[in-house]
Amino acid sequence: MRTSWLKATTAVMALGAGLAATPLRAEDMPTQGGTIVVTYKDDMATLDPAIGYDWQNWSMINGLFSRLVDYKFGTTEIVPSLAKSWSISPNGLVYTFTLDPKATFTNGRNVTAADVKYSIERSVNPKTQGPAGGFFHSIVGQDRMADGSAATIAGIEAPDEATVKFTLAQPDATFLNVLALNFASAVPKEAVEAAGADFGKHPVGSGAFRLDEWVPGQHLVFSRNTNYFRDRPQIDGFRVEIGQEPLVAVLRLQKGEVDIAGDGIPPAKYLEIKNSADAKDTIVDREQFETSYITINTAKKPFDDVRVRQALNMAINKERIVRIINGRAMPATQVLPPLMPGYDASYKGYPYDVAKAKQLLADAGLKDGFSTTLYAMNTDPNPRIAQAIQQDLAAVGIKAEIKALAQPEVIAAGGNKDQSALTWSGGMGWIADFPDPSDFYGPILGCGGAITGGWNWSWFCDKGFEDRATKADAMSKPEDKDARYGVWKAIFTDIQAQQAPWVPVFNERRVVARSKRMGGPDQIYIDPTRVIDYEAIYVKK
Amino acid sequence: MPLILARRLAQAAGILLGVALVTFLLLHYLPADPAALVAGRSANAQMIANVRHQLGLDLPLPLQFWRYLTGLAQGNLGRSYIQRSEVAALIVARIPATLVLMAAGILVEVALGLVFGILAAVQRNSFADRLVMTLAFVGVSSPQFVVALLLLYVFAATLGWFPMSGFGTLRHVVLPALTLGLLGAGWYARMVRSAMIDVLNQDYVRTARAKGLSWRRVVLRHALPNAALPIVAMIGIDVGQFMGGVVVVEAVYGWPGIGQLAWQAIQQADVPIIMGVTLVSSLFIVMGNLLADAAAPILDPRIRGR
Repeated sequence: MRTSWLKATTAVMALGAGLAATPLRAEDMPTQGGTIVVTYKDDMATLDPAIGYDWQNWSMINGLFSRLVDYKFGTTEIVPSLAKSWSISPNGLVYTFTLDPKATFTNGRNVTAADVKYSIERSVNPKTQGPAGGFFHSIVGQDRMADGSAATIAGIEAPDEATVKFTLAQPDATFLNVLALNFASAVPKEAVEAAGADFGKHPVGSGAFRLDEWVPGQHLVFSRNTNYFRDRPQIDGFRVEIGQEPLVAVLRLQKGEVDIAGDGIPPAKYLEIKNSADAKDTIVDREQFETSYITINTAKKPFDDVRVRQALNMAINKERIVRIINGRAMPATQVLPPLMPGYDASYKGYPYDVAKAKQLLADAGLKDGFSTTLYAMNTDPNPRIAQAIQQDLAAVGIKAEIKALAQPEVIAAGGNKDQSALTWSGGMGWIADFPDPSDFYGPILGCGGAITGGWNWSWFCDKGFEDRATKADAMSKPEDKDARYGVWKAIFTDIQAQQAPWVPVFNERRVVARSKRMGGPDQIYIDPTRVIDYEAIYVKK
Repeated sequence: MPLILARRLAQAAGILLGVALVTFLLLHYLPADPAALVAGRSANAQMIANVRHQLGLDLPLPLQFWRYLTGLAQGNLGRSYIQRSEVAALIVARIPATLVLMAAGILVEVALGLVFGILAAVQRNSFADRLVMTLAFVGVSSPQFVVALLLLYVFAATLGWFPMSGFGTLRHVVLPALTLGLLGAGWYARMVRSAMIDVLNQDYVRTARAKGLSWRRVVLRHALPNAALPIVAMIGIDVGQFMGGVVVVEAVYGWPGIGQLAWQAIQQADVPIIMGVTLVSSLFIVMGNLLADAAAPILDPRIRGR
């Protein structure tokens, strides 16, 4: 069966429909030109697509490089990019891509099939010290490259300059999503080797932008790649200023010195801006693929008793926690966020019911409560949220000591089977790498993530769910898409209803501040897969 | 003198080695795992182990420290785990801004401290003296972030006289330097005042006055030099302290100094940067003190013989 790219899309129709339903005013039509200023507090980490994996560099790497496939802006629909077409074998194991001959790197050379192979191998290569290797697990030979026993991945072939062929070890419904990740970006081998370990500071790609200047600690300047093989972007370039306190960035934005305050609006300033006359033009406030949750270490007494975990779920007043963050979230009922395919709108989760929670604890033999530890990040508002959780737990007789730590220390505590107890994930709640429910399982609820230093802080590892997850991901035929989402929906609902390894607390919306001269729909400022879509944003006439 | 200098340099090297060892040990026992951070949130056990091996974090601790020291001897501070570039390059990139702010901050605090210290000493126990001393007290006890945000809000955000953040022109440096200066001037004012009051009561000052010299000349020529020694010692301390980074001021004004780099690295458990910044700022503190000590005999003939 040959499948055209259109049929192979994994579009979430609701998103596409939402975009189409937003009519553009005449003065808000996309225009070509203009240079904008974007601010962030933290230094830019690397721009190496095999390594970069944070909020800041993700959008910029996305704009510097191209991948075989891409998402249509503002949506989760897969569209051609470096590959102008592709086919998938009937058994779902062989993907063959034909490259666009117009695609060139900014060093002038054509992008070839060998570059694609080299680039993915580089992402998997342990010597790269990147976070990407695991995403390509379906490809035959990925395991041998990842453990260092092979120098290439056998399952990626480049029979000629314009053809790339992937052979998978098992069908993988998310494979096109994986190829759209930044980690699959094409890089020219000669430029990587010339830059050595500093390729991330001197990136060469085939994307919409190129990096002109990078002054560490101060700013980066990107300009439009005039030889880009696709017909974007709109802006001529953007300047990223770093070391900017979010509060100062918002003040500067109000004065017109800054166009996008990348770190959003600090809580202290949020209500003032939200209630100001400019709010409609400056605040972009949108749902994202995110869930913030409390993990419960299922491997530790008394949390190994499901009644205790259910009691915790009923003890937390999520509405109050949402109020703490100025209502910038929706109380969560389940693991998946509402935007994600597979979200179960009919599942209402555990109600806030203190009496019932006490009853469950009493049934578990803990009538007099117990003491435990709650880990949380030390940046606002997380300590305040941790205190609210602490109070809710105290109301059912659980005495939780709060340990508010820097992010790396919370990760280390949660990822330590003996240390982990309760962990509030706020500030690092799970945000999907790609728009597929499976991404909410493996690293955070699957056995593979239940490792020291991993992110499965519930240490939840259930053979039955593991088998169901594996079966769901093997349903890779496009016509099975909805059925597969149904399987995932049942998995997540059952996990919460039967095992309750988490207290899903809220789905946080992302808030970005933009200047009044910036145009375009909200979804290109908070794109579901790119964060800020530098290719699509524009300056109004 | 050369002997003393050599001894002081050897002491300085010893201090730096001690700092390196203590910091290394503290960071080793930091409850965070750099290998897991580098390997990312979707890593499996093998990926984390690979990274640990690549970073040399699976070696015995003494060997890790030895490797760090041998690197250090060659001027190699290692590579950042998060920013993936040479720590030395990251620090060097931030030295110009740090130096500018250090110099400007010290200039403002010394200038203010001198003016108000002299005023207070000459008008001792007057209203002006009490006012200056009260302000000095308020200055040294004010939190940096309050003063920094206040100045920013009034002079940059509201009046628009200065840019709100960044680095590059003279206008950029005014507010950060003023923040440091206002907060530090109190120390200098108090010191100048007490050093001068001691002297103003002495016979030679009365003699100078008696032979008809103006107050101005007496104060500036005869009394003030006596305050020079403690001021220079204090500047030596400030040089070290400011070069170690003034985290809050840098954060508020988006000033690309060493403090920002350090603070960020601490939040991210970026061990090589924390090590590097600690060593470099220790180096500046040691150097600041050395220079202040070296300047003492030049300023005070009485020390020269010793």
